[in-house]
Amino acid sequence: MATLRDAFGNVLSVFILILIGVLAFSIRLFSVIKYESVIHEFDPYFNYRVTQFLTKNGIYDFWNWFDDRTWYPLGRVIGGTVYPGLTLTAGSIWWFLNSLNIPLSVETVCVFTAPIFSAFASWATYLLTKEVKGVGAGLTAAALIAMVPSYISRSVAGSYDNEAVAIFALVFTFYLYIKTLNTGSLFYATLNALSYFYMVCSWGGYTFIINLIPMHVLLCIVTGRYSPRLYIAYAPLVILGTLLASLVPVVGFNAVLTSEHFASFLVFIIIHVVALVYYIKGVLSPKLFKVAVTLVVSIGMAVCCMVVAVLVALVASSPTKGWSGRSLSLLDPTYASKYIPIIASVSEHQPPTWPSYFMDINVLAFLVPAGIIACFLPLSDASSFVVLYIVTSVYFSGVMVRLMLVLAPAACIMSGIALSEAFDVLTRSVKLQLPELVEGTASTAEDTPSGYGSVQNEAAKSESSLEKLDDSLRERPSRKHRKKEKENVEKASSKPRKEKRLLVLPLVASAVAIFLLIMLGSFYVVHCVWAAAEAYSAPSIVLTSHSHDGLHVFDDFREAYAWLRHNTEVDDKVASWWDYGYQTTAMANRTVIVDNNTWNNTHIATVGTAMSSPEKPAWEIFNSLDVKYVLVVFGGLVGYPSDDINKFLWMVRIGGGVFPHIKEPDYLRDGQYRIDSQATPTMLNCLMYRLSYYRFVETDGKGFDRVRRTEIGKKYFKLTHFEEVFTTHHWMVRIYKLKPPKNRIRGKTKKSKSSSKSSKSSSIKSTTRRNPWH
Amino acid sequence: MAKVSVYLTLTCLLPLLCNSFSPENPKSQRILVLIDDFAIKYSHSLFFKSLQTRGYDLDFRLADDSKLALQRYGQYLYDGLIIFAPSVEKFGGSIDLATILDFVDSGHDLILAADVGASDLVRDIAAECGADFDEDPAAVVIDHSGYAVSATDGDHTLIAGDDFLQSDVILGSKKTEAPVLFRGIGHSLNPANSLVLKVLSASPCAYSANPKTKLSSPPSLIGSAISLVSVVQARNNARILVSGSLDMFSNRLFRSGVQKAGSSTKHEKSGNEQFVTEISKWVFHERGHLKAVNVKHQKVGETNEPAIYRITDDLEYSVEIYEWTGDDWKPYVADDVQVQFYMMSPYILKNLSNDGKGLYSTSFRVPDVYGVFQFKIAYQRLGYTSLSLSKQIPVRPFRHNEYERFITAAYPYYGSSFSMMAGFFIFSIVYLYNK
Repeated sequence: MATLRDAFGNVLSVFILILIGVLAFSIRLFSVIKYESVIHEFDPYFNYRVTQFLTKNGIYDFWNWFDDRTWYPLGRVIGGTVYPGLTLTAGSIWWFLNSLNIPLSVETVCVFTAPIFSAFASWATYLLTKEVKGVGAGLTAAALIAMVPSYISRSVAGSYDNEAVAIFALVFTFYLYIKTLNTGSLFYATLNALSYFYMVCSWGGYTFIINLIPMHVLLCIVTGRYSPRLYIAYAPLVILGTLLASLVPVVGFNAVLTSEHFASFLVFIIIHVVALVYYIKGVLSPKLFKVAVTLVVSIGMAVCCMVVAVLVALVASSPTKGWSGRSLSLLDPTYASKYIPIIASVSEHQPPTWPSYFMDINVLAFLVPAGIIACFLPLSDASSFVVLYIVTSVYFSGVMVRLMLVLAPAACIMSGIALSEAFDVLTRSVKLQLPELVEGTASTAEDTPSGYGSVQNEAAKSESSLEKLDDSLRERPSRKHRKKEKENVEKASSKPRKEKRLLVLPLVASAVAIFLLIMLGSFYVVHCVWAAAEAYSAPSIVLTSHSHDGLHVFDDFREAYAWLRHNTEVDDKVASWWDYGYQTTAMANRTVIVDNNTWNNTHIATVGTAMSSPEKPAWEIFNSLDVKYVLVVFGGLVGYPSDDINKFLWMVRIGGGVFPHIKEPDYLRDGQYRIDSQATPTMLNCLMYRLSYYRFVETDGKGFDRVRRTEIGKKYFKLTHFEEVFTTHHWMVRIYKLKPPKNRIRGKTKKSKSSSKSSKSSSIKSTTRRNPWH
Repeated sequence: MAKVSVYLTLTCLLPLLCNSFSPENPKSQRILVLIDDFAIKYSHSLFFKSLQTRGYDLDFRLADDSKLALQRYGQYLYDGLIIFAPSVEKFGGSIDLATILDFVDSGHDLILAADVGASDLVRDIAAECGADFDEDPAAVVIDHSGYAVSATDGDHTLIAGDDFLQSDVILGSKKTEAPVLFRGIGHSLNPANSLVLKVLSASPCAYSANPKTKLSSPPSLIGSAISLVSVVQARNNARILVSGSLDMFSNRLFRSGVQKAGSSTKHEKSGNEQFVTEISKWVFHERGHLKAVNVKHQKVGETNEPAIYRITDDLEYSVEIYEWTGDDWKPYVADDVQVQFYMMSPYILKNLSNDGKGLYSTSFRVPDVYGVFQFKIAYQRLGYTSLSLSKQIPVRPFRHNEYERFITAAYPYYGSSFSMMAGFFIFSIVYLYNK
């Protein structure tokens, strides 16, 4: 009977898991249905381009790919600077499908990689939560993560970015760690290292794993939970994981040289010391042990001091103290905005606002505390791990919006545990009281009043769940004992039933609570579907807007890139702010000066300086970089807020960080950034202003900027060193060409009859210092 | 039979093909000469004849001819333009300032002669090319020490100029012995203007003023800042001659003898003819026109041009440079042609060695820096057309399998890791099976 129920439960949970996978996949298809099957945003275009290269040229050429079409003239060693996990994954999916004669295009595979992996991620979450709190919690957590908006925002179809596969890898690595911790199996430990390797391949966020797991190990040691299982879970991971990680070209020696990884080595030493202590404790008599302890502690202290000194010396010898800028901004949230404008300028590196928590994890934010409490009842190795995970990820999400993504699985696990525990308690009370209601009020006296036995309740509950956990723990070691223990459990089950009666809540209260929880859940579902359909499905390469006369589609980006692709020479260089670098190389197939891989601050600062300089110096900068075309994004006509004018202050800051003659206050009037008639002359004369607003006044006669909601300051001006060659339908992308140097140099005689010519000639005359053939 | 005829036609066509290959062939060049009145055609016939004997086809038109046109159906009708109409206020037909400048900007040559009382139009053309005539319309260049001794000329406006630009390319290899007679207005050049060259400058004691009136204020143009004859080579290598004197080209001054004031030598014949002829050769690209062809680069020992180099590759670079002589291309020989291997700044700058037949070559090692480089030649010499070639070539780092497989210095590490593995293996066996 019980085995039948177990079998039924297993089948049911498999079925539920499949449904969850389908849900996770299909909720991410809104972008394809509402827009089209297209790669989204910026970084995915680069990944797409790399995947195309991979499928065309094979893995060795990909590894050795030197890309001469970005970062002109420096070029970029793609193979050594890219996390290859995503590309290799999509590439092998494509290869596999093609070898089965399923001729999907690379783009299709790329578009659907993220939804597929979010299904995998929800299954991994199921496994992880099951290890912590059992099947029920696992299923709930899996269902929650399948549709958590935070994760959807990064993994809708078309969002072909590292995070898409990295979240799966992250959760799966954690699962394997917990699994190893629970079983002590070296097999899982090896799998864990491999999974960690996949994570390292996929995303720079792997440092989260290599810091969180040591933290947990340290926590276990400190709280006296050291066990051989812990050793097996940790030591192979550090050794194998570090060896494997250093195989990834982009990580390489960083795996042992940067301070992000030092914590793991320190804990590795500590765990050996602890293991030794436990071993010696077992061998020696208590008296001898004390002697040994003093000896070991003194030697150990000395060794530790030496190691720490070496580490400190190593770290202090590097200019950033061994920490990369992004990691430093994690620890000190103000670091980036103070010192590294290029990191602070990225919107996803900003700290999130409170509403974004509600937007991204919704009701989970309220369920998480309950989940944490549930994890303490009782505290096992596994549950302490998830508690640590949620605490750290909450902190990191508070530092960077982007890391909200790491918080999402933790929040789902916690909420899954909370919901499942709550349902467990509530349904049990309903189940226990329903028969009594039917039977009558004969045994009411035995009922515990809800207020009365709260302490007892807690105690009993913790006891029972301890028992349950012990069961689950004991279940693992071998299959032989399983049956026996199950019988035991069955025998014992009559006893706890009585105890469980102490746990019950009043029937009405639990019915109402169940109802409320279901309401909460459905609110979450509604919110998630809304978020998936409306908020996070826009590809950002195609924009739409609803107005009273229907739907408007703004396809200006692709229009501009197509123009570049068809109307310029193959080797022409296009300068734009780095945001549009990846798209320009991928969609227009033209060489760019800087792109979204912001590896060279000076180069970006050069472009920023050009954009914030007056025309002539800007022309000289661009000309020295062999730039033929300059592309600016302008939203003033249609009200597209993330245009270059709004990003402009970052260009000034980044440019000014390297070239001090660009000063931010020159562009601000009384500390205010404005482009109207109150704007500073520096602002009104800089290249970005001129390229954005050239001929703008011709659109409505007033030059009203819809983003800044003001009339522009300087309306009528001519460009001397640039000429407009293309402006898209909604003026969102404007492309300018650098004028060649004048064929002749005019004399200085100014004829009084043409004053406009004189001003022109004076500015041209000043170019004479330039050697035109350089 | 058919084969033979084809062969014959081909051989007949061959010279024609060769002709059309060089667009600089003056045999087919047409030049429009704009004049004030047809008298100039005869009073300056020596100059025109010298052009005609060199194969130019001159088309004389009155400057205000209402049928004037420089181009028809988008094609230019002429290869050069001579404006000997200093007083014209407005050209006839479709020609105006802008069309003349377009003509120059599309690579055609221009000879512009002004004179006393030059019109605004002529001054504008000169100013657009970088030569500023004295703004006083009545001013002429006066030189009380460097004038030409003459019976008729009392106000020292006929100048014997001998301050030439030192350039064999522009003025020919034969030195102009006699001074050049010049009567007309002076112009100044912006010293910052790198395109314009003073070919004949006035002596240090010359000045530009109206000889008929008394000087009330110091003249604006004085001394050797006054340029009498200038040439401009535009960035597209169009060449322009600006002269302040139309008389300089006239038969009368060609033939007249010259004795510079204060000098005892009296030349039978002025230097005008030689000077004008040589400079017109330069203007019409019979001299100093270079071309660079057959840019080749390859790895040492290979013949094919690679699409990408690797750092520390050894490569060879070669280019052929020829100069136009008026009839055909002959090898250009110089020892100062340099090639740069350039990425934002020149990483390598090397002199090219030539074999005397126009082939310039060198070889060097690619620097240990990857990126997108350019082979750059920026060759600018006085009087020559500027050569600027750049060819983009990416340089990649080593592939993963191009590094040394085993490094001697690392043998201790190899040894330690293998001994570690062996030791662990033995230890495991001992530990597991030796109870």
